[in-house]
Amino acid sequence: MFIELERRPAHSTLYSALSPFIALILTLVAGAILFAVMGINPAKGLYSFFIEPLTEVWSLHELAIKAAPLILIATGLSICFLSSNWNIGAEGQFILGAIFGSILPVLFHEQVGIWVLPAMMIMGMIGGALWALIPALLKTRFGANEILTSLMLVYVAELFLDWLVRGAWRNPEGFNFPETRSFSPGQILPEVLDSGRAHYGAVLAIVAVLIAWFMMAKTIRGFEVKVIGQAPKAGQFAGFDAKRVTIVAFMISGALAGLAGIAEVSGAIQQLRPTISPGYGFTAIIVAFLGRLNPVGVFAAGLVLALSFLGSEAAQISLGVSDKLGRVFQGMLLFFVLACDTLIHYRIRITGWAGRARTGET
Amino acid sequence: MGVAEAVLLTIITASTPLLIAALGELVTERSGVLNLGVEGMMIMGAVAGFAFAQISGSAYVGALGGMLAGAVFSLLFAFLTLSLVANQVATGLALTILGLGLSGLLGEAYIGQPGIKMEPIVIPLLSQIPFIGKLLFAQDLIFYISIALLIAVNWFLFRTRAGLTLRSVGDNHSSAHALGINVIAVRYMAVIFGGACSGLAGAHLSLVQVPQWVENMSAGRGWIALALVVFASWRPMRVLFGAYLFGAVGIAQLHIQALGFSVPSQFLSSLPYIATIIVLVIISGNRRLTLINTPASLGKGFVPDR
Amino acid sequence: MKKTLALVAGMAAGLVAAAGAPALADSHAKTKACFVYVGPIGDFGWSYQHHQGLLAVEAEFGDKVETAYLESVPEGADAERAVERFARSGCNIVFTTSFGYMDATNKVAAKFPDVMFEHATGYKRESDNVSTYSSKFFEGRYIQGQIAAKLSKTGVAGYIASFPIPEVVRGINSFILGAQSINPDFKLKVVWVNTWFDPGKESDAAKTLIDQGVDIVTQHTDSTAPMQVAAERGIMAFGQASDMYRFGEKTQLTAIIDDWAPYYIERVNAVMDGTWESQDVWHGMDHGSVAMAPYTNMPDDVKALAEETEAKIKSGEFTPFTGPITKQDGSQWLADGETADIGTLLGMNFYVQGVDDTLPN
Repeated sequence: MFIELERRPAHSTLYSALSPFIALILTLVAGAILFAVMGINPAKGLYSFFIEPLTEVWSLHELAIKAAPLILIATGLSICFLSSNWNIGAEGQFILGAIFGSILPVLFHEQVGIWVLPAMMIMGMIGGALWALIPALLKTRFGANEILTSLMLVYVAELFLDWLVRGAWRNPEGFNFPETRSFSPGQILPEVLDSGRAHYGAVLAIVAVLIAWFMMAKTIRGFEVKVIGQAPKAGQFAGFDAKRVTIVAFMISGALAGLAGIAEVSGAIQQLRPTISPGYGFTAIIVAFLGRLNPVGVFAAGLVLALSFLGSEAAQISLGVSDKLGRVFQGMLLFFVLACDTLIHYRIRITGWAGRARTGET
Repeated sequence: MGVAEAVLLTIITASTPLLIAALGELVTERSGVLNLGVEGMMIMGAVAGFAFAQISGSAYVGALGGMLAGAVFSLLFAFLTLSLVANQVATGLALTILGLGLSGLLGEAYIGQPGIKMEPIVIPLLSQIPFIGKLLFAQDLIFYISIALLIAVNWFLFRTRAGLTLRSVGDNHSSAHALGINVIAVRYMAVIFGGACSGLAGAHLSLVQVPQWVENMSAGRGWIALALVVFASWRPMRVLFGAYLFGAVGIAQLHIQALGFSVPSQFLSSLPYIATIIVLVIISGNRRLTLINTPASLGKGFVPDR
Repeated sequence: MKKTLALVAGMAAGLVAAAGAPALADSHAKTKACFVYVGPIGDFGWSYQHHQGLLAVEAEFGDKVETAYLESVPEGADAERAVERFARSGCNIVFTTSFGYMDATNKVAAKFPDVMFEHATGYKRESDNVSTYSSKFFEGRYIQGQIAAKLSKTGVAGYIASFPIPEVVRGINSFILGAQSINPDFKLKVVWVNTWFDPGKESDAAKTLIDQGVDIVTQHTDSTAPMQVAAERGIMAFGQASDMYRFGEKTQLTAIIDDWAPYYIERVNAVMDGTWESQDVWHGMDHGSVAMAPYTNMPDDVKALAEETEAKIKSGEFTPFTGPITKQDGSQWLADGETADIGTLLGMNFYVQGVDDTLPN
């Protein structure tokens, strides 16, 4: 049995709309089979995974908290990826954003004016952007592969944060435990509604999505990014500077990752600690691709991924399944989305040996 | 055994899985396919290696099982990226995520069990050579395989017709196709070879380095292997150098600490990563050198037009 | 295709059915004890031992108790959600078993006054439904130090350390004090691996220490890798957190076992009979929270010495941090016969004399 692809003359609008849903259904079917193999009632399993977290108000707040950093980071990454710059070091940019943004609350603890929170957010964006600038410059100056340099910088960032919170920034009243002092109330992103603890990070994520959508769809800068990404030669011909696009794309995605970092620290954790991210920077890569590198798609994908985290927890408690199952689900979902996207650009024909032989003759 | 010998032995053990996985990925990339799923294939190899060894009672069956698991797992990647031309970067990442989850699920039964260690094979006479004898001729089978693999890959890529075919597919898939080469088939084989190598590297972790199974035991080594391929500018012999250098930096930082030098351990722990970046920059800075060896079609999907 | 559709339809129906029937367990009859773990229960170290405590609670109370747990919960925003989820799902008592859950535990506790919270290794109790608990693992380190000094030929032991937090520093100091009580010139080499759990790195660290001439290895990290390396190299080692005898039958001298079972049973019982109160406890060998694995692979006289010290610590006759003790910089910390105060121990950030390392930061 062979698979043959035939490029469609134009990409299929029908499949463009349908493919995420086909992928979701395939994931559900595969998930049901997985549950059945593990001896769990598939209906119950899927219910606790995908629906239970949506049935309570507090859980919806948690969904927003979990989704906000993913959406923020992935929005930036999608711009970067569209320009064919493979930044996979968002985790490190997230951490540096958190560190830069925490300079005020940690070192100038008494500062609590209304300007403090905006300043923290801006500092966070600067920190993330600067950390992202390193692989960008190494790529434009020396041609060093950005996938690897940005990834290596993640480890360096993690160790740098570790060193800070165990040393210079350690809480003087914290019995030498590795954490900074807690932020003052004026340095904490407030909650949006009274009904739960979702903070303004979620609002920032929505704003970022809107701005990114506008930039990519309506501005020349967005056009430039897409042209350089898809047809670099044509872009250069049009007078676009590929190196500048690389630097801008990296800095935008770094800034958004940094903003996610300081928003998470200020809104949800309220102090710096050795680990502040459960791998948001990496998960956001999946979100970016699930959302097909489109800000609106990223928004939906971020919610779906966040749901799968919450669902995995719910299933651990109500069904006693392992937390690894959540990761398997995420992996499967991504596989199905990637596979289904093929339908948009190609017709797929499955041919047997006979069909193969025939094409061999031509 | 002298101190120098012992230290070198530690370095060799730490470097061997890096070398094997990087060689596999090198072949894959030479065919024009970028598989970022090395970490995922490695961890699948580790769990399968351990499981096969426990079930069969033989570390060698375990190593075979690890290879098999890596190869089968890589098929998933091959199918998506080659048959369905899905994005290679995204698919590779998905493979890693899936591998980390799946291996944890499969390995739950094996947690906390002492494993079966692959015993060294001492080669008579040769192992008596002072100094290098113990290092090179009293090792486990996977080490010997890693060296054989190095020589074989080097020979295959640059001395055989098949190797030339593989490289031409990686350099320009359209003209390779025009010459009548089945691009997709070549790439399938290259991906599976890479998967088998990653799987074997994983099995080394759970059978030689630490004979046990624990979740996430690859701990980022797959990513290092990927970095080594670029570091080596796609030349097998340089992979050897890079893998051992990386292993040595990691071990050296532990020795510096044990000697009582006062350097923040976080700084020492970050040395291997910083070193990788620096070397990458130096090597990439030399355009002539990289351009010759970089597979021009790396990461680009191919659909044969009929 | 039809079949697939039928399957999907069937599943959808199932979902609706499941949604319509919430689990109506008779929650009043049972006490629900819930646990949040930082690692996988399969780490065979810290989280594994807490999970053994959960199993002990189940075994003790049978169907009078219901348990639930979440494993690998990252410290940070996820922790608060995990704790709150338990508080909302009818748990009567929630054990949060990592230092990093401290603020999350206190925040959720303030919102759920009817649920009892027990936070391991922390120091904040902001409302009266929060307790903190920890164990004096350093008591066992002292005994290990004595055994090491008795058995070592090189006079140097190796210590694989995770992170420079007070708990780990206490362990290192206690170990060297025990060793010096036998051999005043005993030395300790320390390697910080900056991880609680990375078998590859831990095994490299063990090899490094052995290559530099230590002939006894002890660890304050969670995997069994150092034990396996020691076994391979034919030297002795101490297990950590759980009995690692299976990983080195000719190697393990003893192991410090974190036994949370007595405490967990006691506290769940207190919830059942309504006597639960907020408290801060630091139990040790006296309470059974710290236990020693059987003394193996050593001559009888060393075993007798170890048992004697263990008995003295158990009875409260002796505590490892008893003066005279000199700090690493040469200044005196405790005068003869003086014992350390809790505050200094809790925040310990200095070495005593004899440690061949500089404390990070």
